[in-house]
Amino acid sequence: MAARKVTPRLIEMTVNGQAVALDRPPMARLLDVLREDLHLTGTKEGCGEGECGACTVLLDGQPVCSCLVPLAQARGREVVTIEGGPADHPLKRAFVEEGGAQCGMCTPGMIMAALALPPHPSMDAVRHGLAGNLCRCTGYEAIYRAVQKAAAERAGGAT
Amino acid sequence: MAVVGLSVPRVDGPAKVGGTARYVDDLTFPGMLHARTIRTTIPCGHLRGVRLDFDVAGFTVVDWRDIPGRNCTLHITDDQPCLVQDEIRHVAEPVLLLAHEDRDALWSARVHLTEERDEPMLDPETAPREHAHIVISDGDVEQGLRAADFVIEGEYRTGAQEHTYIETNGMIAVPEPNGGVTIHGSLQCPYYVHHALATLLGLPDELVRVVQSVNGGGFGGKEDYPSVIAGHAALLALKAKRPVKLVYDRAEDMLATTKRHPSIVRHRTGVMKNGRLTAMAIDIVLDGGAYVTLSPVVLSRACLHAQGAYRCPNVHINGRVALTNTPPNGAFRGFGAPQSQFAMEVHMDRIAEALGIDPAKLRLRNLLRAGDRTATGQVLGDSTAEIVLREAMKRSGWRRKRVAWKGTNRGIGLALFRHGAGFTGSGEVQLASRCTLTTTGEGVRIRVANTEIGQGTCTVLAQIVADALGVPMAEVAFSVPDTADVPNSGPTVASRTVMVVGRMLERAARSLREQLGALSPAGHFAQYGERSVTTQYEPPPGLAWDDKTYRGDAYGTYGWGCDVAEVEYDAVTYAVRATKLTAVQEFGRPVNPVLARGQIEGGSAQGVGWALTEEVVMKDGAMANAQLTNYLIPTTLDTPRFETVMIDNPYAHGAFGAKGVGELPMNGPGPAIVNALRHIGLDVRQVPATPERVMEAARGRA
Repeated sequence: MAARKVTPRLIEMTVNGQAVALDRPPMARLLDVLREDLHLTGTKEGCGEGECGACTVLLDGQPVCSCLVPLAQARGREVVTIEGGPADHPLKRAFVEEGGAQCGMCTPGMIMAALALPPHPSMDAVRHGLAGNLCRCTGYEAIYRAVQKAAAERAGGAT
Repeated sequence: MAVVGLSVPRVDGPAKVGGTARYVDDLTFPGMLHARTIRTTIPCGHLRGVRLDFDVAGFTVVDWRDIPGRNCTLHITDDQPCLVQDEIRHVAEPVLLLAHEDRDALWSARVHLTEERDEPMLDPETAPREHAHIVISDGDVEQGLRAADFVIEGEYRTGAQEHTYIETNGMIAVPEPNGGVTIHGSLQCPYYVHHALATLLGLPDELVRVVQSVNGGGFGGKEDYPSVIAGHAALLALKAKRPVKLVYDRAEDMLATTKRHPSIVRHRTGVMKNGRLTAMAIDIVLDGGAYVTLSPVVLSRACLHAQGAYRCPNVHINGRVALTNTPPNGAFRGFGAPQSQFAMEVHMDRIAEALGIDPAKLRLRNLLRAGDRTATGQVLGDSTAEIVLREAMKRSGWRRKRVAWKGTNRGIGLALFRHGAGFTGSGEVQLASRCTLTTTGEGVRIRVANTEIGQGTCTVLAQIVADALGVPMAEVAFSVPDTADVPNSGPTVASRTVMVVGRMLERAARSLREQLGALSPAGHFAQYGERSVTTQYEPPPGLAWDDKTYRGDAYGTYGWGCDVAEVEYDAVTYAVRATKLTAVQEFGRPVNPVLARGQIEGGSAQGVGWALTEEVVMKDGAMANAQLTNYLIPTTLDTPRFETVMIDNPYAHGAFGAKGVGELPMNGPGPAIVNALRHIGLDVRQVPATPERVMEAARGRA
């Protein structure tokens, strides 16, 4: 029997609103695909085992550790990384003003996790919602202040 | 408008929150190879053979014979080989370096090491070899002990601690056409790396260039180790004649890089019935690991802080660092002072308990005040020990909670501490740092070797220069620390950047201001071209220190702090949760209050981790829990809420009144938390106070 012609099966998904199709192994880590194939290096690797949350991205709006997501699981879905939102997003601005970012290595993942919090989170909700994201610089207080400031700005702004 | 004292948003903030800041692992160079380190698996012995069980085509392989200069990672001394030739002193010691353009091929290569095992020395107390030994003696301790109403003894232990910067160590080496090499990487001290590389590679200084990439956290962990990894990357790059990237994964970083020195400290203290201290005999043992790295300096700071915040007429401090067969320990925020002050502060609460007086009252009776002498004979020009203690008591509701929580599973404890700002003794004078300001078409740029590692260097130094020069901050740029461009303004360590380097920049800016006349820096540049001013370190007048006798002014000044920890104890699981930490700290005057507060909160959180959850488990000389799954740094749910108070006390010889703040906050949480456990009735004398240790203490609970 003649060998069947193998056509590469592209994996399609949406990244930061753009449709992409990738010829990569289905078990490739989403983290590597974002950083190396798409050059979105804002997503960081801190541990590679889902403990630190530095690689957090939104997958259909849910925060996930992209080091634990095989590319195949992102097929047909929507991925948002730190490069996705507007640069002057109130949360990003608040992180700068309140000292929520120091070395900045956990910051992209932390902001992605914070974006998935409810609109007006209680302190308890903030602490539980960010419990999967390690920060070694801030002791988290400045991150809480940033999240609260951005939430207050949303509450005060036009709906 | 003046900007010093304002919380100007950090200038590197937008890039960090936007994901555009480029860390070493985000950088690539044309033709770049990936690299890997083959390491020893035994703690002690000899390397008898190396066998490559893979096809070497496409690989670059480096061993000790490829080193063109000296086989050492030069730091304080040259005892640490860059690559093992024969003697093995610890697990994970580097033997062989591999590089390949394909990472899968790189990591599937198999190498067999033939290692011959000797008996390792793993107990610092019985290990016969020392990296350093220091004695400080003042008065007559034996007489002081005889004169006391009581003599109280105790032994206190602290564990190793992993820095756990979220960005692991990493370097890229790029070979240059002139035979030199350029390093891009995550580091704190460009000139340390430069010095080590010139020695390793046998290259003249001008052929070695070190450029800092955005740094994802250091805390001391990128003070000495970057010289090791930069050396490895450079050897591969020079042999391959291609750029080489060497970035550790988390497990390798935890297994191979330095930790905070574990400590064993013994106190024998004479005390009168009224609580006055008459004598302190203090014995300190630090576990240095297999090579010297920075151990003598860590020991020095441990000894110089061992008497804590207290005056005492008779003091004898005997400290040593033992050589053991573990990976070398090194710099970590606090640098020995957290270890020795942990012992002092827990011991003070045991003395208070023995005398039946309130721990705060015992401290008030003995604390160092302005005009008091330390054990080195330094007369303190100022001291805010009493101010920070009283403020912390007031803010935390100390007296009320101390009474109300008695007999419950809630506890409240405090720790009073200090931290010498800047280098010890004559360190700054010997270093003779220099920094430069240069005019540009946009204003002026700062040229220093001090690095932004998250603490805010590039923002705070720009604030200082803007005000001293009288220009808007937007006209002040911070140049990337690059040894081809910046003078050696010293390492980014010892809480010295704002106080010492900031002060030099302040002087440079004032001098430049005079030279510019009525022109703006950009206006002057347009008319006359580039103009630079360089200043060198000048010690505050009247400081004297003798390295041989350990007498004199150990530090130009001290920061002071008092932490009050509130904890809850679960009598079923023995878990301890820190619920609140009131941190009152005096470090001169904050140049940028938001950033200074970030240092206090972040440093305190590291102290909480050291106190409760962060346990480096060593098995046969190697870290057995080298992963974030079971080496537990505090998450949002483990970190107490912080109440931070900054006491204003401008220091005449720091930039705009600033002292150092980076390390001070690390000293308090450990003993404050353990003292809160003592309030519950749990006699803990060791950190981390894991549930297992608390269970032991609970068995002895009255």
